[in-house]
Amino acid sequence: MSDYNFAYLDEQTKRMIRRAILKGLAIPGYQVPFASREMPMPYGWGTGGVQVSAATLTPDDRLKVIDQGADDTTNAVSIRTFFEKTAGVATTERTSDATVIQTRHRIPEVPLTEDQILVYQVPIPEPLRFLEPRETETRRMHSLEEYGLMHVKLYEDISQHGAISTSYDYPVKVEGRYVMDPSPIPKFDNPKMEMAAIQLFGAGREQRIYALPPYTRVVSLDFDDYPFEASKADHPCGLCGAEDSYLDEVIVDDDGGRMFVCSDTDYCRARCEAAQ
Amino acid sequence: MYVAVKGGERAIGNAHAWLAEERRGNREVPELSLAQIREQMSLAVNRVMAEGSLYDPDLAALAIKQARGDLIEAIFLIRAYRTTLPRFGYTLAIKTGGMVCDRRISATFKDLPGGQILGPTFDYTHRLLDFKLAAEGGDVPDTPTSVPAAGPVPHVMTFLNQEGLIEEAGRPDGANSGPATGQMTGAHQAAQTHDARTPDDIPDLTRDPLELPASRALRLQALARADEGFTLGLAYSTQRGYARNHAFVGELRIGMVTVEMEIPELGFSIEIGEITVTECESVNQFKGSKTEAPQFTRGYGLVFGQSERKAISMALVDRALRWDELGEDFAGAPAQDAEFVLSHSDNIQATGFLEHIKLPHYVDFQSETELVRKLRREVAASCPEAAE
Repeated sequence: MSDYNFAYLDEQTKRMIRRAILKGLAIPGYQVPFASREMPMPYGWGTGGVQVSAATLTPDDRLKVIDQGADDTTNAVSIRTFFEKTAGVATTERTSDATVIQTRHRIPEVPLTEDQILVYQVPIPEPLRFLEPRETETRRMHSLEEYGLMHVKLYEDISQHGAISTSYDYPVKVEGRYVMDPSPIPKFDNPKMEMAAIQLFGAGREQRIYALPPYTRVVSLDFDDYPFEASKADHPCGLCGAEDSYLDEVIVDDDGGRMFVCSDTDYCRARCEAAQ
Repeated sequence: MYVAVKGGERAIGNAHAWLAEERRGNREVPELSLAQIREQMSLAVNRVMAEGSLYDPDLAALAIKQARGDLIEAIFLIRAYRTTLPRFGYTLAIKTGGMVCDRRISATFKDLPGGQILGPTFDYTHRLLDFKLAAEGGDVPDTPTSVPAAGPVPHVMTFLNQEGLIEEAGRPDGANSGPATGQMTGAHQAAQTHDARTPDDIPDLTRDPLELPASRALRLQALARADEGFTLGLAYSTQRGYARNHAFVGELRIGMVTVEMEIPELGFSIEIGEITVTECESVNQFKGSKTEAPQFTRGYGLVFGQSERKAISMALVDRALRWDELGEDFAGAPAQDAEFVLSHSDNIQATGFLEHIKLPHYVDFQSETELVRKLRREVAASCPEAAE
């Protein structure tokens, strides 16, 4: 596909995005507005992540794309093919071999390293959005560090359900300053966000980029008497037997029989291969 | 026994092949040509150009063909193509006063300089299916012709303006700021506003992130490419009492205007093309305030191609969004709420986010399932009846 520039976007646009990324890294957790472009896949399909990846990739990179933890989900395949075509970069399904990993809804089970960049696709970057629909208002709340509303919401959860009823997209506080939306990863993944790799978040439709530099302090919001708990289905993986990985629930027969398997397909594959 | 799902790549490839086959339909039926779509589905082409923000009838026709007639999908194809095009600069504001009008009507004056020109309109057709069209090959009878009146057709608003009955368009202080300087691909300007703003002062929705609160120039850019149905619904809601701003169509005109661009090396502007646009100026009520005598106010709509419904809708919504600068009350109506309107008017954003819920969400759903199970176990333990 030589009609398009390396990684699809023109250099001017990539420069604009890189500036937003650098600003985001300089102010961890702060949502940087950027002039998101229409991409050849729909908004909601990861256009933010794709733009961030496009601005991040170099010809020497090796890209991995996952959706729901899996390399072979349709949209992950589609995005990986997009970059194979437009950037000609090498791709991989092995987490440890990748230099750039674009993800939707999961953080890989294997700890990432300083040589890696994790790019998240973000649908709604504003953690306060469902408490306050107005962007003008939520930006003001962030600038004044006015996060009481969020704590009230979590408190109301506890008073109503006896527990915080947020199981994914669980809000975090970054370096004691910005409350940040971790994208819709299960809260099981939240503790992994303090990691060695750079984490970049792209929200295309909402025109926002934010970032976490390596080893940034990321704390899931909670209360002293109701501490945050990273939860998962209480089963081992039905394929590899892992007890420490996040599991997908699969219905296997007409009687509604269930099976739980690793959502991180590369992790599961590696464990199965090692066992053989 | 479950094995890890594989085959996404093959499934996508096969789906695309099937899609191409469905697009073509029955191969015994002749294939549509782009020229046929461009010439005979011209209002669909116009809508795709307007909401795709790219004036190119041939590409719009291609997009419609490729999208199997799904206009929002076609608009998406155009947008995705448009964003890759280099930006050479900005054209001068188009001058709709110099329009060669195919259609020009005023609902506020029975007759006026330049005359009422009905043009090619559905307005007074009886909506009876014309079965003659079903029998192909029916020749269209010749249309009577006449020589168009020479010279520019003045805007109706200028006549109201002479008496001071209507607000000025585009006051430099920004209050009542008129439609802003035009760009060929976005905002446009009423012919009578000759303010000194340069393109640098006008935000470009396609190059900068939308910032709120948005100026009128930016709001008009967004409305010009907004979804026709959404804009229509909002405009209709103002007519039914949600931020009522009773509107007259002061003028609706459709026709060809020239597009000029200043070439720095030449130091003057040259004509680079012609486009057809629809312009609507609405005349709306205004009660007046302590400091301002009662006068009519304006709403403005301008759309690529012949798109009357959209242009009128745009004018009504523009007017409703101006409540603040006109010192009106915020009635809490959706059409008054700039953040609500601008955040939801783009059908490419809307359809993308709406349809993305088709994508796999099993990780999130599993975590919700786990939570509901846990909460139900706790309720069952503490209060056995509730769980039954």
